Amino acid sequence: MPVEQLSELQYKRMKTLVYRLYSFSEFYHKRMKEHNVHPDDIRSLADVTKLPFMYKSDLRDNYPDKIFTASQDELVRYHVSSGTTGKPTVVGYTQNDLELWTTSLARALTGCGLGRGDVMQVSYGYGLFTGGLGLHYGAERIGATVVPTSVGNTERQIELMQDLKVTAIACTPSYMIHIGETADRMGVSIEKDTYLKVAVLGAEPWSEQMKMHIQDRLGIRAHNIFGTSELSGPMFCDCAEQNGIHIWADMAYTEIIDPDTGEQLPPGEKGELVMTVLQKEALPMIRYRIGDITSMDDSVCACGRTHPRIDRLQGRVDDMLIIRGINVFPSQVEHALLGIPEVSGHFMIVVDKKGALDEMLVQVEMNPEAFSDKVQDIMEISKKVSHVLKNSLNISVGVELAAPGALPRFEGKAKRVIDRRLN
Amino acid sequence: MVNDDYIIKQISVFSENKPGRLAAIAKALQEEKINIFAFSIAEAKGFGVVRLLVDRPEAALKKLADIGFMVSFTDVIAVRMKDEPGGLFNIAKILGETEINIEYSYAYSGKEAAVLILRVDKVKEAVEMLRNSGADLLKAEMFL
Repeated sequence: MPVEQLSELQYKRMKTLVYRLYSFSEFYHKRMKEHNVHPDDIRSLADVTKLPFMYKSDLRDNYPDKIFTASQDELVRYHVSSGTTGKPTVVGYTQNDLELWTTSLARALTGCGLGRGDVMQVSYGYGLFTGGLGLHYGAERIGATVVPTSVGNTERQIELMQDLKVTAIACTPSYMIHIGETADRMGVSIEKDTYLKVAVLGAEPWSEQMKMHIQDRLGIRAHNIFGTSELSGPMFCDCAEQNGIHIWADMAYTEIIDPDTGEQLPPGEKGELVMTVLQKEALPMIRYRIGDITSMDDSVCACGRTHPRIDRLQGRVDDMLIIRGINVFPSQVEHALLGIPEVSGHFMIVVDKKGALDEMLVQVEMNPEAFSDKVQDIMEISKKVSHVLKNSLNISVGVELAAPGALPRFEGKAKRVIDRRLN
Repeated sequence: MVNDDYIIKQISVFSENKPGRLAAIAKALQEEKINIFAFSIAEAKGFGVVRLLVDRPEAALKKLADIGFMVSFTDVIAVRMKDEPGGLFNIAKILGETEINIEYSYAYSGKEAAVLILRVDKVKEAVEMLRNSGADLLKAEMFL
C-alpha cells in the first residue's frame, strides 16, 4: 500500500480508537480529560502528540483487568507477564485480538520467506508467555507445519529437527546458540545434517554480532522478531532483506520519542519506542511507552514494503532485565525480598552467561537475627529466598547470602544490577 | 547452677566464600591480642561458618562485629578425651544412649589430652549426662 494511503488508514483507525475509548473507557476518558484533550482535537496524525502516554505502571495500578475495554465473556484468552513489582501484567484477548495478532505474525513469517511446505519448530515457552502460542498460530496460519516443542530437552529437539525435516525454528537467540552447541556435542551439524534454513529469534536483546555468529556457525538466516505482551506478543519481524523490523502500519502507529521530554524524534534518531495498537479490543494501548530504545526508518524497504522499520533494539530506558526471555525488574526482586524476614532489602543482581544461557544471581544481606552457627539453617534461608524469587519472577535464580553491610550502599539511584552478558 | 560452668561460649562467624575472609578474622583477633584455642570452618555453597573458642569471647565478638562480621555466641561443651583408641567412642556413646543429638563437633589435641568440642541440641542435659557418666568436662573459666 502506498505510504499516503497507509497514513490515511492509520489516521482513520487512530481517530476511531480515540473516540471509542473516550466514550467507553473510564480510564481513558479520565486520562484525556486530565490532559485537556478531546477526540475532536485529533485532526491529523500529527495531533497524536496531544494524547497522553500510557505506562506499564498503568497496567499494574489497574491489575488485573480494570482497564480492559471488553467484558470477560468477550475474552477468549489471557496471557500474563511479569510486572514491575509483585503484581504481574495481565493481557486479555478477544477473538478479534487473536485474529489480528495471528495475522501480524503470519505477515512477519511470510516476510521471512516461510509458507506452506515449511516445518516450523516453536521452541519458545508455551503457556502464559506469549512467544510459544503466538508463533504457533502464526505459523499455522501461513500453512507451515508446526512442531510445538516448547523449551527444554534440547537433544530431543535436535533429533526431532532432523527426523521431521524442520526448516524453521522460533526461539530466543541464546537458546539458538545452545541448540548449536548441543548439536556439536551430539556430533550433529545443523548446517549439513538438518534442513534448517531460517530462525526467527527474539524475546531478549541480542546484537548484530550475535546474529552474524549464529548465521555463520549454523548456516541459517537469523531473523529478528519483536513484540511485547502488552501489544499482544511477538508481532513484527525483519524481512528477507534483514534490514530493520517492519512494523505493520495499518495495525500500529509507531513513534520514537525523547524519553526525558516526551517529544517526538525524527526518523533515524535514537529514542524510546512508543506504540499505539490501532484495533485492539480488550486492552487498547494509546501511545504505550514500551521502554526499548531504537530508531525508525520510514523509507520504502528494498523488499518493496512501505511499512516503516525499526532498528535492532539498543537497550532500555528503565532497568528492566531480560533473562532467558523473561522480563525481570529489580523492583520485583526487592518486593519479593521484603516479604522474607530472614533477609534485608540490601541486594545485588548479577547476570552472566553460562554457556549460551543467562544466569541470574541474587546476592542479599541476611538479617543478623537470622544468623545461626549451623550451616543447615543458613542453607534453609537460602532455599527459601530462592523459592520466593522463583515464584515471583517465574525463573530460577541463584542466591548468595551476604553479611549485613557487605553489599554496596547507594546514594541516590541504586545500581543494583551487574550485567556481565554484554561482552 | 554448677552445670552452667561447663557451658562455653563459642563464637560463630558468617563468612562469604571469598579469599581473605579468614585472614581478616585472624588479623582482628591478633590486633586485640585474643588467643584462639580451637576453631573449625563449616563450608557450604557460597558461604561458610567459622567457629572459634577464644580466651576473651566478649572482646572477640565485639571486635568482629565492629569490623562488619555477622557473629553470635553459641553454647558448646568441651570434653577432655583420653588421647588413645576409644577416647571418642566413650563420649559419643554416652550422648547416643541419652538421645542427645550432636549438631557438629570438632577436636584439638593438646599437650596433655585431646579435647572434643560439642554443639548439641540439648546442652544442659548433655552436661549433666556427661558429668554423671564421669566424663571430664572443661569449665568455661579454663578458657579465660
